[in-house]
Amino acid sequence: MIEVLRAGLLTSVQDLGRKGYRMSGVCTSGALDTLALHIANRLVGNMPEAAGLEVTAGPVHLHFTQTTRVALSGADFNATLDDHPVHAWWSFPVEAGQTLRLHTPKIGMRAYLAIHGGIDVAPMLGSRSTDLKAGFGGLNGRALKDGDLLPLGATRSSIRTSHALQMPAFGIKAPGWHRFEHRNLREENKTSLCGTPGTSVRVLRGPEYSHFTAAAHEHFWSEPWLITTNSNRMGYRLAGPELTRTKNLELLSHAVLPGTIQVPGNGQPIVLMHDAQTTGGYAKIGVVIQADLWRLAQARLASNLYFTECTITDARTAYADLQRYLTQIEFAIDQQYQGYAQSTKAPA
Amino acid sequence: MDFPRIFPFGEGALVCESPAPATLACQKRFWAMAAAAQQWPQVTEIVPGMNNLTVFFDPLAADVDTLAKMLAKAWRTADDNLKPGRLVEIPVCYGGQSGPDLAKVAQHTKLSIEEIIKRHTHTEYTVFCLGFQPGFAYLGGLDPKLATPRRAEPRVAIPAGSVGIGGAQTGVYPASSPGGWQLIGRTEAKLFDPMRTPPTLLQPGDRVRFTIASQTTITL
Repeated sequence: MIEVLRAGLLTSVQDLGRKGYRMSGVCTSGALDTLALHIANRLVGNMPEAAGLEVTAGPVHLHFTQTTRVALSGADFNATLDDHPVHAWWSFPVEAGQTLRLHTPKIGMRAYLAIHGGIDVAPMLGSRSTDLKAGFGGLNGRALKDGDLLPLGATRSSIRTSHALQMPAFGIKAPGWHRFEHRNLREENKTSLCGTPGTSVRVLRGPEYSHFTAAAHEHFWSEPWLITTNSNRMGYRLAGPELTRTKNLELLSHAVLPGTIQVPGNGQPIVLMHDAQTTGGYAKIGVVIQADLWRLAQARLASNLYFTECTITDARTAYADLQRYLTQIEFAIDQQYQGYAQSTKAPA
Repeated sequence: MDFPRIFPFGEGALVCESPAPATLACQKRFWAMAAAAQQWPQVTEIVPGMNNLTVFFDPLAADVDTLAKMLAKAWRTADDNLKPGRLVEIPVCYGGQSGPDLAKVAQHTKLSIEEIIKRHTHTEYTVFCLGFQPGFAYLGGLDPKLATPRRAEPRVAIPAGSVGIGGAQTGVYPASSPGGWQLIGRTEAKLFDPMRTPPTLLQPGDRVRFTIASQTTITL
């Protein structure tokens, strides 16, 4: 069991999302940075789809009533375990009675905590993710509160529990959030809005791209977009030059998906995230490619976002690269555990 | 019926869309296509919209051109003579605190309150698609006389089960949410329950009839 001593601003139980119910109006929910949760789960020997915690803003204090193994990933929240620093993208054993504290992130927005065996809340419609808007899934369909108790240990593991409890701490190198090049941008542009470097994501033209003016196209690809503080798990509301349309057609409701960049009447884009509604009627100027959604999830409020155009071929290659990266990381983690298993078997 | 446009939406979805306005005949074809596409192994999700259908797939596992061809074929061969869906009755408590905007709708439509209730309950609606909220149904068939513009300022929170009119549409809010529709009544029917299979009361193709609930069913 984990006792939540301090729940922080927005901490929720999430897995890799709810699939197959979009036609019923049920959104995906799930970790916004799926890469981070996937890897954190593997770091503690879980299957990738086990439920963990998504921490959006600290401080979060968690008290463990049982011995287990945890991993932190995503943004580095300067965590401590009983006052000893522990790193992000590390996997380490925790003893009953210890307290893990996540403070505030230096960069990035969201931290993920995976626990050996996962968080044992009841799956709803095939997922343990919290649907905060509809109020189901996760722990009672809501964000965590001080005093909550989280049951542990329902999901299948890929390693023996004794190894998970005993193996010393180890970690991996964090994937680079800002490594992606701002190909079309002048260096000085990057810091023009808020003084901190921005995040760049690759974007495909949306179905209504041609409804916008040439000036709107120019602004869309070249200007920095401020991620306003009026952003959440449903969507990032951006501020920048007004995107004007040449055609002002009333659109009938269509499916929308995480990454969709829609432009309402005020000309200020909104990038939809995993908790967004499943259908929408606003013009869709672009779609952030799937391989960059996790990068978007770590883009901080009040920082700049840049859009770089790419092709469907680029998007598929990036997606394949991401899958290959995950396979390599999983292999490396498995090697760690196997090495440990063999070393404990060897005669003294 | 015009052949629909098929175009990519991101790297993992294809949209099949007919020109507006949405008609029931056209929508029936999309339901038939949706039923077919749901059986294809490379399709992970389908989402019918108003006059359109989106299919989702794994960008590495599916071949987009093949999928587009399959969609085009499914449109040509779709059976739009589907037998009518289930008839679902939704009892509504009209007016009072359950429907605070009923008088406003009367004012706008120049119809009496009795006439509005009569017209709202004497129509058989069709569920075109679900979206916006879990279990929220886009209904076709509102009497054009009842069309009333949305409120200038949306309410911050509308109670679950609220029945409203927004422009030329009518529907039920399954969960409490912000909203700008004119509220004419409320139902105790549960439009979404994650513990139920299927979780939604209504499915695309179902027919809906609103009935007058006894005034005592909702505590005011």
